Amino acid sequence: MAKMNLLQAINSALDVAMAKNDKVSVFGEDVGHFGGVFRATSGLQEKYGRARCFNTPLVEQGIIGFANGLAAQGSLPVAEIQFGDYIFPAFDQIVNETAKFRYRSGNEFNVGGLTIRTPYGGGIHGGHYHSQSPEAYFAHTPGLKIVMPRNPYQAKGLLLSAIFDPNPVIFMEPKRLYRAAVGEVPEEEYTLPLGKAEVVQEGSDVTVIGWGAQVEVIERAAELAKKDGVSVEIIDLRSILPWDVDTVAKSVMKTGRAVVSQEAPHTMAFGSEVAATIQERCFLYLESPVMRASGLDTPYPLAHEKEYFSDHLKTYEAIKRSLNY
Amino acid sequence: MAKQMAKDPQKTAVVTELQVIEGNALNIPMYQLLKEDGSVHKGAELPDIDKELALKMFDTMQFIRVLDERMIAAQRQGRISFYLSSLGEEAAAIGSAAALKFEDMIMGQYREQGSLAFRGFTIEQFMNQLFSNAKDLGKGRQMPVHYGSAELNFMTISSPLGTQIPQAAGYAFGQKQSGDKTCTLCYFGEGAASEGDFHAGMNMAAVLKVPAIFFCRNNGYAISTPAAEQFAGDGIAPRAVGYGMKAIRVDGNDIFAVYKATQEARRLAVEENEPVLIEAMSYRMAGHSTSDDPTGYRSREEEEARRVREPMIRFRNWLVKQGWITEEEADAQQKAHKDTVLAALKEAEKVDVPHVDEIITDVYAEPTEALKVQLEELKAHIRKYPDAYPNTSGGVK
Repeated sequence: MAKMNLLQAINSALDVAMAKNDKVSVFGEDVGHFGGVFRATSGLQEKYGRARCFNTPLVEQGIIGFANGLAAQGSLPVAEIQFGDYIFPAFDQIVNETAKFRYRSGNEFNVGGLTIRTPYGGGIHGGHYHSQSPEAYFAHTPGLKIVMPRNPYQAKGLLLSAIFDPNPVIFMEPKRLYRAAVGEVPEEEYTLPLGKAEVVQEGSDVTVIGWGAQVEVIERAAELAKKDGVSVEIIDLRSILPWDVDTVAKSVMKTGRAVVSQEAPHTMAFGSEVAATIQERCFLYLESPVMRASGLDTPYPLAHEKEYFSDHLKTYEAIKRSLNY
Repeated sequence: MAKQMAKDPQKTAVVTELQVIEGNALNIPMYQLLKEDGSVHKGAELPDIDKELALKMFDTMQFIRVLDERMIAAQRQGRISFYLSSLGEEAAAIGSAAALKFEDMIMGQYREQGSLAFRGFTIEQFMNQLFSNAKDLGKGRQMPVHYGSAELNFMTISSPLGTQIPQAAGYAFGQKQSGDKTCTLCYFGEGAASEGDFHAGMNMAAVLKVPAIFFCRNNGYAISTPAAEQFAGDGIAPRAVGYGMKAIRVDGNDIFAVYKATQEARRLAVEENEPVLIEAMSYRMAGHSTSDDPTGYRSREEEEARRVREPMIRFRNWLVKQGWITEEEADAQQKAHKDTVLAALKEAEKVDVPHVDEIITDVYAEPTEALKVQLEELKAHIRKYPDAYPNTSGGVK
């Protein structure tokens, strides 16, 4: 085991994947010699050559279109979109091509080898265009898998699964934690399952569900609740498409209460899907409505970032609303 | 008006010998008037610029250089979160803005603070935006350098690259329809020219014959990616020909050449409804922004070699030789800008962030009922935890 931050864990996963299978390549804007604006691909061009780690022209729709073609040809491309906020020029390629390649061809062709890496989320003074959490747009698209890790260990194991999964995966990395999150990570290959949630902390009074960087926020809220004598069960979804309904339902049937804490704007964030499914599966077990702590229904602001953010205090208040309903 | 017909293949010249056109067949030369030392090329015809305008252009250049240097330092000191310098590209921005009419719309990428300053954006307005304070025209919502001013006909900057290019085509179409004889000048970098929006915007502008000037600052780098890894062939200007659009390649570090090129482009745009693509050759002497360190992707030797071609010394030498300014006056002007910039910085730093009520305004023309409820919940929350939201809690007591 080694101490790694989240970026180093991503870098290690890419390194392991490229060493294991020479069909794995990584590319995107500034990804080559410079190693990416966050340095997630540092050293990979030197190690594996310019044909397997390279800069692309500055065109997101091109990067993903190119990656779709490369994946269809049988390679395992790991395409980087520099910020999740800049993924939208590639929306057509992802939603109409990546997601439907297999289905529309009757499985004559597929782009299952494709993995799209992109940093998401706020907390870095990034304003509108370096802070968004766009996962819900993609969660509405059958055919995609969406993975959002919470820490370095999870990031490496989940990314390795994503790269070798026979389906296209969007892998959203919590950039606020890139350097802030440090933990023990094996240097060798290991995988963690896609589509499986993890109970991060067991508890008996209320289930709080999150994913990605928000899990850390929930842990802080749970500490506050603990001082009130409240026992919080924390679930990290890890994958939001497909997502692990059974683990969530089992927990909510035990605690009788559920809260979703999410960074994205409230309306139609993925928590809406979680809440709807919980009431379908656990209706007679619920002691109170499913509560949500979310971003406001506004663009992500700069000066009011703190006020906008669904922080630990707002999550704590949502837990209290759930308990005191 | 005669109905437009599809191109008749019979009218295309026929050859029996196979011709393969080379990818670099169009090798467009660069228009230059001033040599690197500020002397004028023999036979070159300088634009018709009087002393007052020339000194305004130079003063703006000096101001921007001081502003950029000071704000990079302010970012390093943690006083602002981000900054993006235009070092080395001041002539491209200021020379082009100077050739426009004030009523013409400017759409920037994010490295054209010189154009905005030339239009009259004040040091206080720059600082208020950079500090995201309550006096910022953009209400503190965007990262530093995302300026905009309706009064100055300068569209507010958006971070996504190239999105303004097709917008410029649309804006210019509206200008043409209104008959007010104005145009839109749209800036972007050679990296942004790789975006799909570049193709979309150029093609629509050419087909719809709009009064737009597409001004590409080819500064050699898109963050770390050198132009050689951005495109093959002879740069951006030749692409215009593929769209049936006029093109000019100009030395972006020669403020007179930029001025003249833009002046002619404006004439074509406004008087003949011919959009023009200008490719201004320059060099990004600074990093992309305060978020990157150029030593990670280019050599000091390269930077030094390009430094001699920088635009300000060239212009200054010409002005001194012309007798329009002395070295002492130029130095004194620079010193005065330093004092003004520092004083404005200290002032803007003291101004509070916008009131939290502004968090829901402008999402729509009027806040929705749901947003009003969210705001009230937020304010109740801030009242409960005032210490956690120190920037706004004072305003919600």
